Amino acid sequence: MKLHKTPTLMGLAGLAGLTLLAVTHPAFAQDASSAMSSAASTAASAAPDASASASAAAPAAPAINSGDTAWMLTSMALVLMMTIPGLGLFYAGMVRKKNVLATVMQSFAITCVVTILWFVIGYSNAFQNNDWNNPGAFIGSFAHFFMAGINGNSINVAEAPTIPEYVFSAFQMTFAIITPALICGAFAERLKFSALLIFMALWLLFVYDPIAHWVWGHGFLGSLGVLDFAGGTVVHINAGVAGLVCALVLGKRKGFGTTNMAPHNLTLTYIGASLLWVGWFGFNAGSALAANGLAGSAMMNTQVATAAAALAWMFVEWAVVKKPSVLGILSGAVAGLVAVTPASGFVNPIGAFVIGIVAGAVCYYAAAHLKKMIGYDDSLDAFGVHGIGGIIGALLTGFFADPDINSAGKGLWFGNPGQVLIQIEGIATTIVWTAVLTWIILMVVKMLVGLRPSEMDEEEGLDISQHGESVTE
Amino acid sequence: MKLVIAIIKPSRLEEVRQALNSLDVHGMTVTEVKGYGRQKGHSEIYRGTEYAVHFLPKLKIEIAVEDSASDGIVSAIRESAQTGRIGDGKIFVLDLLAVTRIRTGETGAAAL
Repeated sequence: MKLHKTPTLMGLAGLAGLTLLAVTHPAFAQDASSAMSSAASTAASAAPDASASASAAAPAAPAINSGDTAWMLTSMALVLMMTIPGLGLFYAGMVRKKNVLATVMQSFAITCVVTILWFVIGYSNAFQNNDWNNPGAFIGSFAHFFMAGINGNSINVAEAPTIPEYVFSAFQMTFAIITPALICGAFAERLKFSALLIFMALWLLFVYDPIAHWVWGHGFLGSLGVLDFAGGTVVHINAGVAGLVCALVLGKRKGFGTTNMAPHNLTLTYIGASLLWVGWFGFNAGSALAANGLAGSAMMNTQVATAAAALAWMFVEWAVVKKPSVLGILSGAVAGLVAVTPASGFVNPIGAFVIGIVAGAVCYYAAAHLKKMIGYDDSLDAFGVHGIGGIIGALLTGFFADPDINSAGKGLWFGNPGQVLIQIEGIATTIVWTAVLTWIILMVVKMLVGLRPSEMDEEEGLDISQHGESVTE
Repeated sequence: MKLVIAIIKPSRLEEVRQALNSLDVHGMTVTEVKGYGRQKGHSEIYRGTEYAVHFLPKLKIEIAVEDSASDGIVSAIRESAQTGRIGDGKIFVLDLLAVTRIRTGETGAAAL
């Protein structure tokens, strides 16, 4: 599981409870042993006083589990499918016809660029530590430059003790791919392709990798106890806020507010949103990093929250503008997927249901009204859906984390109001880091190649002006 | 000779074609066009942003006929294209000065 909390009495008690359950309840033993080995390795890495738990976990020395590995191989492919073709189509349907190829190109090119960077240095920076006992480290290590030192039998014991390290790294790679790709929604139809490539490379190295390390790689936010099961903070708040900064720095599309910028083909958006929903089981249930009960909880929570959010957006919109729109129900589903992401392995399905309803209604408000009130052109609502949805999810995880689902998280509802403050600290740190760094990177890219195409190129459409192609009639 | 130009809803084309067929009209030209009259377009709302769509898709039918046939054709089109709702379209009748069949060189009514 992607949570690394300094072991407390509670954690040890949970471990003892698991052991007890494993002994008294054979059917639970298999799940418990994998959960235990991960919890034990966390304890061993972060606390010197771990001899008690270490002896309890001694029989479960790190070993590759074929069931876990099979599920994680599948999850990697599911999450990759979210970006290509899922996100690419989701966004492409919402732009005008002259920018549809440029939009799918962004998702595809980012997939390629991030893959290379991740294999070269990203994985090492995010998920390897020179010193596992030093959670204050800003960034991981450089030890696995070009995947050095990893082979088919390697295991990242501290992160995922039952699957091959290549599988863990490839799974995490797909998260590193979709996060920058999400930002594209904010600057759709008006960023030069050369600028996109440079921006995304720098953004991965200086924004995504550090934040992933802080929250998931035994960094300071994880040690603080920030709960982020599958990436509400690392992925969605991060990408959403970066999107807002991009929209503000780039300015509005030419003709914004006067010309018709209606989506050119919502059927593509429908296919994309549906692929995102299906792929999201790899994202959330896969974040258990094992084929176990926690993955099952995450799966159920994901399904319930998504349906609730889709209906919430649809009904709110129906009440406000008198028609239940296709784009509305699709947007609501994505808002629900986003919001349940940090919560999926901590809350119970009732918590997920509430999170979904809140996310659907509030994200509708953010996309339909907040954007106009403030007056930025977040073309496809990367901030309105991912930024706002991510914040809702991260906050509400602090309310609804149910220790019966995951002993590592206990929210306000279950008597731990402090968790909400910890969540806010995680949210605030991420917002500040990503906002400042995104702005700096944009300035660097502007100096190097400029950000926007010429007005004529933008008017002609990015398909022709950037790529020399167009979709046929 | 007359040139009958009808602007109709795209969904009514087949009814209009059948009606004209039963009047022994066996040739016509159909073009996809956009425009607006009293209907004044409509509005579409995407995530709270409203876009006015001024030009709606219509079909334009052009038929060249002899003077005596034109009234019957106009009423046949009117009856078959009508839905009773705004946006059903219009029919224009113009005097037609000359017609030539390209293949044979025939002119006038013989070329219709």
